[in-house]
Amino acid sequence: MYQYNEHDQTLIEERVAQFRRQTDGYLNGSISEDQFRALRLMNGLYIQTHAPMLRIAVPYGLLSSRQLRKLAYIARVYDKNYCHVTTRQNIQFNWPKLEQVPDILAELAQVQMHAIQTSGNCIRNTTSDHLAGVCTDEIEDPRPYCEIIRQWSTLHPEFAYLPRKFKIAVSGSLQDRAATQLHDIGVHLVKNAAGETGFEILVGGGLGRTPVIGQVIRPFLEKKHLISYLEAIVRIYNLFGRRDNKYKARIKILVKETSLAKFSTLVEAQWQRIKDGMELSDDHIANIKGHFKAPAYDDTAQAGSAQLQTQLASDASFATWFKYNSLEHKIAGYRIVFLSLKAPGIAPGDLTDNQLDAVADLADQYSFGEVRNSHRQNMVLADVKQADLYALWQKLVQLNLATPNIGTVTDLICCPGLDFCSLANAGSIGIAKEINDAIDNLDYLYDIGELKINISGCMNGCAHQSVGHIGVLGVDKNGIEWYQLTLGGSSDNQAALGERLGPAIAKNDITQAITTILDVYIKQRQEDESFLSMVNRVGMGPFKEKVYANN
Amino acid sequence: MQIIKNQQIIDDTWLSLADDDAIKTGDICISLSRWQQDKAQLINHQGLLGVQIEPTEVISDIAADLGQFAMVAINFPVFSDGRGFSHAQMLSGQYGYTGEIRAVGQFMVEQVFYLSRVGFNSFCLANPAELPGALASLNDFSVSYQLAV
Repeated sequence: MYQYNEHDQTLIEERVAQFRRQTDGYLNGSISEDQFRALRLMNGLYIQTHAPMLRIAVPYGLLSSRQLRKLAYIARVYDKNYCHVTTRQNIQFNWPKLEQVPDILAELAQVQMHAIQTSGNCIRNTTSDHLAGVCTDEIEDPRPYCEIIRQWSTLHPEFAYLPRKFKIAVSGSLQDRAATQLHDIGVHLVKNAAGETGFEILVGGGLGRTPVIGQVIRPFLEKKHLISYLEAIVRIYNLFGRRDNKYKARIKILVKETSLAKFSTLVEAQWQRIKDGMELSDDHIANIKGHFKAPAYDDTAQAGSAQLQTQLASDASFATWFKYNSLEHKIAGYRIVFLSLKAPGIAPGDLTDNQLDAVADLADQYSFGEVRNSHRQNMVLADVKQADLYALWQKLVQLNLATPNIGTVTDLICCPGLDFCSLANAGSIGIAKEINDAIDNLDYLYDIGELKINISGCMNGCAHQSVGHIGVLGVDKNGIEWYQLTLGGSSDNQAALGERLGPAIAKNDITQAITTILDVYIKQRQEDESFLSMVNRVGMGPFKEKVYANN
Repeated sequence: MQIIKNQQIIDDTWLSLADDDAIKTGDICISLSRWQQDKAQLINHQGLLGVQIEPTEVISDIAADLGQFAMVAINFPVFSDGRGFSHAQMLSGQYGYTGEIRAVGQFMVEQVFYLSRVGFNSFCLANPAELPGALASLNDFSVSYQLAV
């Protein structure tokens, strides 16, 4: 993974000093509440229901074991012994003390981490495919380009006071696992007719209150122009994005209101002015790529195959875990392993300090010392030798990180909701727990198969409910929690926004409504038809009929 | 009134004119619309000319006239409106303007470093007591990722 040089390190240390001064300024009254709000948000610090919440940047979700141990230490010393993995592959702490945040940042800087631009109206952490570099359908590893974007966007002086937040995702494979169509800018590595690799650029996608699927603004961009083109888009957005209404301030609204054609004309004109002189040199790209070289894979890893087959045949629990929580690796003899952060009774995405330390040890022992956060709030050990799988599984079981539910109903995405977040209208973690309790039969879970439930506690849509196969959105009706259901959303290649099922459902009835939907699917599906395919085939009708049968 | 210019706290010599003020002698700063309206008269002004740009205005509208101005002042009606950052970047980075680029209005001391990186070389703070802090802030970072304009 990318290793800081002296320049990177100096930058984050100076940022710690700057934020310490800003915090002191706020505490002694020389910086106003309003001013500090903008400054602290740009450093990932929210003032929440119970305490501040600090969001730590994990660039494109990649963490080293050393960084995990530091996060464990921070959870222990500065928080209540746990942290939370977010849908932007970041890490959140829910209980830090405001006056201790500069100390936490100083701790993070020791392991090349920070909280820069994890919130605020600026360019946020660039996200990517959690299977980058190891999946079988990759055109090119997206991480070097993510890192190039990270460096460009970090403390970018011109783009710190944009109309609204700005999110970029990069995908390097045929299957989009980074929800690039739902970002302010989506970047796809593609090959053109001449066989050269470059980028397809999408613009104007986004979730939140007004979900929109991004549109292609440039089908093919030469690699050397990546930064100048992004800069042209963000500059046009900064100049012309709406600032009169925060709900209409995202780039998706600008693109919609001006039309893609006119918006791209503006971007093109700006890009032509700046592109010469901002090219990425081949040497620079090669240098960054050098940080993402494949690890030293064992040529004899395939030898473990027979042993693995025996283990799979003799231990049904292991075989189930293998089926759901591991994936084919591009190197024969290796597997990609998911650590499920969705064990029953645990808030989705939460990990304790002890789990963090243990995962760091497992990463060192089994996966070249690296871990990834996925945008579906799980962790990934990307490079596990198949001969090690059984031992690793046994350890993960002990750590409660082996729930065999990746990609199933109980692998749901969930925001912190009313329990923690001051924006929320309704609880989300409680609903996640209820769904987990209702579907405690694993056979039933597996019979349902691939199904993504996303639960957000408010319109801001942190859990991406509008692209959940089943989306659950918490709404407030005169101080009472209600939930709006949508069906048929998707964030993969065939991105789609879910359709509203009907009127909002009371909190007491929401889990029942979801299990009813699952039953309708089980009873009315065609052979091998996934939930999403069935929704696309039959529409809302059959589901609506049963869910609202008694009303 | 004091300002920061080229990393020093100095006395300001510019007079800012409202659109209905009579044109005075000396170095004067006027709005873009005043310039467009009274260009014929202003072009013969004896002192130096400056023009103030608002967030909604477009830099290309004064591109052809930049040679007339010793100063371009960019206004920040609120600190959170970042359009002025792009205006300054375009002025110095794209239109080759080498005169004084001055931040005026409600920007924060904590923004001075970023402002200097996009091309501002002069800062007129709403509260002059903050000048020493702003001067120090120009050195918040010794390194940066992006090319400076």
